[in-house]
Parts: sequence; C-alpha cells; structure tokens
Amino acid sequence: MLTTALILLPIAGALVVAILPLPRETTAGLAFLVALMEVGLWIAAAARFDFDDGSLQLGTSREWVESLGISYSVGFYGFSLWLTGAAVIVSAAAIGYAVWIGRDRPRAYHALMLLLTGAIVATFASQDLLLFYISFEAMLIPLYVLVGVWGGARRQAATLTFVVYTMAGSLLMLASVVAFGVTQGTFSLVDSGTSDNVWIFLGFAIAFAIKAPLFPFHGWLPLAYREAPVEVAAVLSAVVSKTAIYGFLRIGLPKFPEPADDLSGVILVLAGAGLVYGSLLAFRAPDLRGVVAYSSMAQMGLITLGVFAFDDLGLDGAVLQSVAHGLVSASMFLLVGMVEHRCGTGELASLGGMARGRPALATVVMVAGMIALAVPGSATFAGEFLIMAGVYDQGWGYSIVVALGVVLAAMYTLRVISAILHVKPGPAVREGALDLRPAELALVLPMILALLVLSAWPALVSQSSFPGNDAAQAISDGFR
Amino acid sequence: MIETPSVDWLALSPTVALLSASGLALLATVVVPGWMRKAVTAAVVLAGFVTAAVLAGVVFDESATPEVLLSDSMARDQLAAFAQVILAVTGAVVVLVSWTERRRDSYGEYYSLLAAAGAGMVFFVSAENLMTLFLGLEWFSLCLYILVALDTERAASLEAGLKYLVVGGFGSAVLLFGSALVYGATGEIGFAEIASAEPTDDPFLLAGLAMIVAGLAFKVSAAPFHMWTPDVYQGAPSSVTAFMSAATKTAALVVFLRVLVTAFPSEADIWTIAVAVIASISLVWGNLAALAQRDVKRLLAYSSISHAGFMLMAISADSARGGEALLYYLVPYSAMSVGAFAVVAARERELGRPVTLESLAGLGWERPYHGIAMWTFMLGMAGFPLTGGMFGKLFVFSAAYEAGDWWLVLIGVAATAVSLAYYLNVVRWLYMRSGPELRLAPAGGSPPRDLALGAALGAAVVVTVGSFFAVQPILDVAADAAASLPF
Repeated sequence: MLTTALILLPIAGALVVAILPLPRETTAGLAFLVALMEVGLWIAAAARFDFDDGSLQLGTSREWVESLGISYSVGFYGFSLWLTGAAVIVSAAAIGYAVWIGRDRPRAYHALMLLLTGAIVATFASQDLLLFYISFEAMLIPLYVLVGVWGGARRQAATLTFVVYTMAGSLLMLASVVAFGVTQGTFSLVDSGTSDNVWIFLGFAIAFAIKAPLFPFHGWLPLAYREAPVEVAAVLSAVVSKTAIYGFLRIGLPKFPEPADDLSGVILVLAGAGLVYGSLLAFRAPDLRGVVAYSSMAQMGLITLGVFAFDDLGLDGAVLQSVAHGLVSASMFLLVGMVEHRCGTGELASLGGMARGRPALATVVMVAGMIALAVPGSATFAGEFLIMAGVYDQGWGYSIVVALGVVLAAMYTLRVISAILHVKPGPAVREGALDLRPAELALVLPMILALLVLSAWPALVSQSSFPGNDAAQAISDGFR
Repeated sequence: MIETPSVDWLALSPTVALLSASGLALLATVVVPGWMRKAVTAAVVLAGFVTAAVLAGVVFDESATPEVLLSDSMARDQLAAFAQVILAVTGAVVVLVSWTERRRDSYGEYYSLLAAAGAGMVFFVSAENLMTLFLGLEWFSLCLYILVALDTERAASLEAGLKYLVVGGFGSAVLLFGSALVYGATGEIGFAEIASAEPTDDPFLLAGLAMIVAGLAFKVSAAPFHMWTPDVYQGAPSSVTAFMSAATKTAALVVFLRVLVTAFPSEADIWTIAVAVIASISLVWGNLAALAQRDVKRLLAYSSISHAGFMLMAISADSARGGEALLYYLVPYSAMSVGAFAVVAARERELGRPVTLESLAGLGWERPYHGIAMWTFMLGMAGFPLTGGMFGKLFVFSAAYEAGDWWLVLIGVAATAVSLAYYLNVVRWLYMRSGPELRLAPAGGSPPRDLALGAALGAAVVVTVGSFFAVQPILDVAADAAASLPF
C-alpha cells in the first residue's frame, strides 16, 4: 500500500494542481507541498523497511491482464528504495527551485513535474516488466513538454533529438518486452525465469544505454541538458539516468545472466571509454551546464563499470555511487541555475570572482564541488573506491581507467569551481549580484547534508542494498 | 394460410432500429418546420444509435453460442454484436460532433444518411455469406458516397465524393468478381460451406480469395489500396471523416477477419502471408507519407492507413490471440480517431478554413480542453502508456510474435518509431509555438460554445484512457467475441 501511495500521491497531486484554478503562488506552493509529502512518505517507507530481510518488501500485486500474465506489481528491494529516496528528494528540490524562480504557466508546469516524479517512482518500484516499460515511457511525456515549452532558445532541437534517441531505445525495449513476456508466459519480474537470448538482452541494454546515457549513445545529452530548464536538467541527470541502472540491476543482469556475461567485455570497454571521454569533454566544455552534463555522462560510465563488475564490491559501489551522484548532480545543477540567474550566462569565460562578498555561495559551491570530485572521505570517494576495487577482478586495466576518471574529475571540477569563484570578476558578474538567498540555501543544503551523512556513513547504503547483503548472489538468484 | 419463415428479430434489432431512425429522420425533414428540423432529426438519429448500441449489447449477452439465421445468410454471434456496439457508439458520438457543423439546409438528409450508413455497417458485420457481404458493403458505401459529397458548395467535398465513388465502386467490383470466382470454384456462397467444400488447389478459388482480400483492403484503406483515403478524408465534411475513419474501418476489419477465418481456413498458409505483406506495406507507406503532410486531416488519413496495418497484423496471426488483439485495438482506435477528427472539426469551424499544422499553433494554450484531448489522442495513436493505444500495440505485437512473425513485429516497432515524428509534431504545434505564430485570424467573434462536441471529446478521452486501466474487462469481452470464430 505504501508503495502504491508513493506512486499515486504525486500523480494525484498533478491532477489537482492541473485542474484547480488557483492563483499562481498557491498552485506552486501546493505542488511543493505535495513534493514534501512525498519525501515524508518515503521516510515512512524507509522506516518500515527491514534492510536485513532479503525478500521483496512493501509489495502489492494485482492482476491486470490475466491472459498475458501482466500484473500491477510493485515493491522495493534495498537498492531500489535508496534510488527512490534520491529521486523524491531531488524532485522536491527541483520543484522548490521552480517555485522560487516562478516558472510561467505554473499549473501546467508543476502538474508535469509531479507527473514526472510519479513516473520515476513507479519505474523504481515496478516488479512487472510491462509496468516497468509503461513507467519508463511515461517519464518521457512530461519531459518532452517540460523541455519543449519551458526550455532555452534551442529547445525544439533539444526535444527532437532527446525524443528520437530515447524512443528508438524504448521501442527496441518494447520488442524485447514482448518477446520476453510471451516466451516466459508472464511479465512478472518475480515469477519469470531467465533467458539466454542475446537479441532480447540487446534490446534492453541499448534502451538503458541511451537513457543513461552511455558512450556512444549520448548524442542527445549536450543539447537536452543545456536547453532544459535547469531544475529539469537536474532531475534528468540525477534521477532519470538512474532508471537505466535500475533496469540493468533488476532486469539486465538477473534475467539474462548468459548474454550479460557474454557481452560484459564490450559494455565494460564502452563504459570505460565513456568515463574517460565524458571527463575530457567536461574539462573542455565552455559553459557550466556543459561541465555538469558531461561529468554526469562520465559518472554513468563509472557506475556501469561497477554494475558489470558482477561482484559485491562493484554492485554495492554502483548503488552508492548512483545515490551520491544523484544528490551531487542535482545540487550542482541547481547551483548552476542560481549562478546563471545572477549573471545571465553560464559561459565560464564571463564568470569569476564570485567568492568575494558571497560567503554562502562560495561555501556551498566549494563543498558540493569537493564531493563531486570525490575527495577522500566523501560518499563519492567511497563509491568510486568500491567500484575500482570491484572491477579489478574483470581486469586491472578497468581499475586504472576508474583511477584516471577520478583524476580527471578533480581536474574538471576544480576548473569549474575556480571559474565561478576565483580569478578576476568576469564581465557578466555584476557588483551587486546577491549571495545565495535563504530560500535557495534551504533547497540545496538538505541535499548537501544528506551527502555529508553518506560521507560519514557510506555503509548505510552500500551495506543495505541487496538481499542478505550479498549482491552477486542476489543477482544470480534473480532476487528470489 | 401462408407459412412465414421464423425471423430472429432480436438479432436484426440493431439494424432495424437504425433503419427506422433513418426513415423517421427523412420523414421529419418533410414534415417538421425548418427551424426545428435539425434538432428533431439529430435527436431521432442519436436515439437510433443509442438504441442500436443497447440492443447490440443485449444480443451480445444472449448469443453465447454462435448461430446462423435467415437461410444461413446472417450470423448471430458475439463477434457481430461486439462490432455493432462499437459502430453504434461511434455513430452516436459522430452525431454529437456534427451538431454545430454548418451546412446549407441538408440537415435532415445528413442525419438520415448517417443512420442508414450505420444500419448498413451493422448489417455488414453479421454477414455470413458472400451475398449478404456484398449487400452490406454496397448499402453503407452508397450512403457514404453521398455523405462525402454533401457539402455541395465546397468543390473539395464534391471532388472527394466523386473519387470515393469511382475508387470505391472499383473496389466493390473487385470484391464481387472475387465472390463470383469463389462461388464458381466451390459452388457455395455461405462462409462455412465454402470452408467445408472439397479443398482444392483450384486457381479460381485462389484468384477469388485474392480479389476478396483486395476488395476488403480498399474499404480498410490498407496500402496499396489506399489511394482514395487522403483525398476523401480531406475533402469530406469533418464529421463524416470521423465516422468513416472509425466505423468503416471497424466494420471492414471485422468482416475481413470473419471471412478469412470462417471461409478460407484451408488456404490460411497463403492468406496469412498476403495479409502480413499488406500490413507491412501499410505500415511503411502510411507512416512515411504522413511525415510529409501539412494538412491535419490528410495527416490523420495516413495515420489511419498505418493503423490499418497494425490491425491487419493481428489478422495475419490467424489465432484467437490475434482476433482478441484486433477487437481490443478497435476500441481505443475508434475513440482516438473520432476524437482527433472532432478536434479538427472544432478548429475548422472556428477558423473557417482547412486546418493545417500551422493553424493548430497555440491551440493547446487557448483551448486547454481541446488541447489536452488532442494530446491524449496523438500519444494514444503513437502507442504511449496511459492510453489504450499502448495495449493495442502490445497485444498485436504479442499475437504476431506468437505466430512466429518476428519480422512483422520489427516492422511494427520501426513504424511506431517513425510515427512518433508526426504525432509529436502535432503536439509541438499545439503547445510549443510562441510569438507571432500564435496570432490567428478567427472567422469573427469568440468561438461558439459547443457543448455537444465537448461531450463527444470527453467520451473519446474517457474511452482512450479508460481502455488502458480497464484492459481486462475489455479483453474478456473481446475474447468472447473472438471465440465466435472457428480458430
């Protein structure tokens, strides 16, 4: 029931916000309230969740289409609960930011944001292949309009490439879903067995690779992340990309053990290439959003390395890194939005010197940046270290690539920090540009605090993500 | 004392209800004074369609085992009744859509012909031999020829009527010739009798089968028999287009399924391939051609060709699963199709000129209700979740995959990918245009409030979205209906 409530609350909220003809501020406030209630619900769910128990929890299952074996079946494992937690927190922060900025047409905007939240939670909770597909697709509908209507100058091109890429992947996945479900006689992820069909696996893998995005399927990323409203970009990079990781963890590996193993070499190489290539692009990017966008791509490569390490360390690290990167990336995007709002541009060349007289901004950007570059002791460092150690068994070369990625992360993060805060004040930085306002701090600080908690205690996530705290075993048993 | 044959009036009742409505409407055109003619005829025909829907529902309930009636010329089974419910409800919704359509004093004729066409389709779907098949086909086709050309002051309407008459007549002739060949080869006209006649590799039989398939493909508007569709859909009055796109397709596809499965089971290995090929061509051509359209009615016409492809895919599976998939698909498809044309009709009346993509600009923000409805229909046609269109595609793909036609599934998936480009393009025009593009030239004054059309849109949206959440009940009914056929 709690899981269903987590899915339905934002959707119901979206309908209420869309239909009730309230004044602008009330509409926006109502949407933010719903998002906060969603966080509260998630905390209630986490409190009831028994992290030592290995089975599916908080589950509900109801027949939907009996003849094909389709059911409305939802529930959580440790890792999906953590991913959902990151999702609801990031969504609340994003909606809060939109309220603060005062987006146009608030009824439509906030209804779509809430709908997006509901679809993301449904994706992480679904234990039925078709329900997963439906939620995965349903995310696209609000994203399409959010980018297309409220985006920047080149939003039309951005939505087009984004939709073409993701739909190409989704439709391949639909073919795979049909083939897998019909062969198995059921679409339930809990009841179905495994398949050794490489083609069906490829349909899923490509869809996830596009959503993440992994190299070389990242063509939609630069435009979409640059043109989307900044809080939508935050949700995209922080949460939507993680649905791909969930897909690999819940479907790709457990349902297709042999094809996943056969193709792991290719995927590991591509993920490693994406990590290095994304980091280099982030280092070269001329604007704030470019840096955060490409760093997000690099991080997705890193997480995929952890997933396809196939061992406890790698898988635990991948989940920890997913949660941590979700929070970091959302904080960074919101901070980028705040800087852009003050300066009217995100061009690194026009920024600089913002630390002087703006202590709050300087501190928050510095802390978020330190966590992003995985300074030892941070949650991201723990995640990257676990992945590095985990992937070592697949080949020492991959660990070197991860280490290289960590170094490159330091390079591009330090570059962006100094471009904002230090050097001489850039032409776009006005003397009177304000420090972070209390409301803005209130949006970013909770995520930073959560990251600090995770930094102090990474085991909170990494030791409670998989049944019996044995990730490899859980995956190879198909979570039974 | 003359012996009268026993007539199953219940089975005939939907047809009779619509015929009576048609006759009454025609009578009212003569008797009722001009100022209330439109209201009276519309009300009579609306009542006729609603009665027919209810009666068809009763027939569905009462016909658990299929029977043949009237010298084996008509079937009384759940398949026919299922299709009749869709047809009658579609007709009723179209009456609502057409309420504010401007025409030059031919309201009585319009509504009367609409009911007569509905009666013909309702009769057509229960055809059980080649004679009633042809009779039903001509019955509703003749009504549609006139309906298409009813706006006599518009050259486009007249042109569309003529094209439809010529091409449709050709299609009917092909079907009739095919029927004659099949009769010549087997000596039978009843579907079940044809199936049980001596199975031969008679070239006449195969030629006849091919011509029947081609003739029905004309009515389904499947490529390469679709040439009339864009022109006719574009030229016809929008409410008639809505009716044709939903009802004609429903009737023709159900009969397509019935004829092939009942009459030609021993030729199944041939016609499944033929239908699969027609389906692929429709999918490819319909979707590619739709990309190039600016006129929304033409765009929807090509989209309807591609949907014919999806539904033929289900028929080519030649299985109970395929039959269910087709019948399920028809429910959301009819709703989306009528709804989309209704939005176009509303815009057309408001602007007083044909609706192109450009003239949809900003509709979503100006008329949120129409915008959201159109958005729902476009996403539904593209097969997005939260609409029945997704399950329709899923069931069709599952049926095709089970039948071993994985290549057909891949074509379907590719076609869906292409179709997104133009469906989402409509959404883009609705919502994502700004500045000067939004300045419109309305025909004058604020747009008329059109409660009837609003109600029709509401019904279409409810069916489109409802068929997503209530899959199982609809699928159960569709499975019962498909069970009337000897799979």
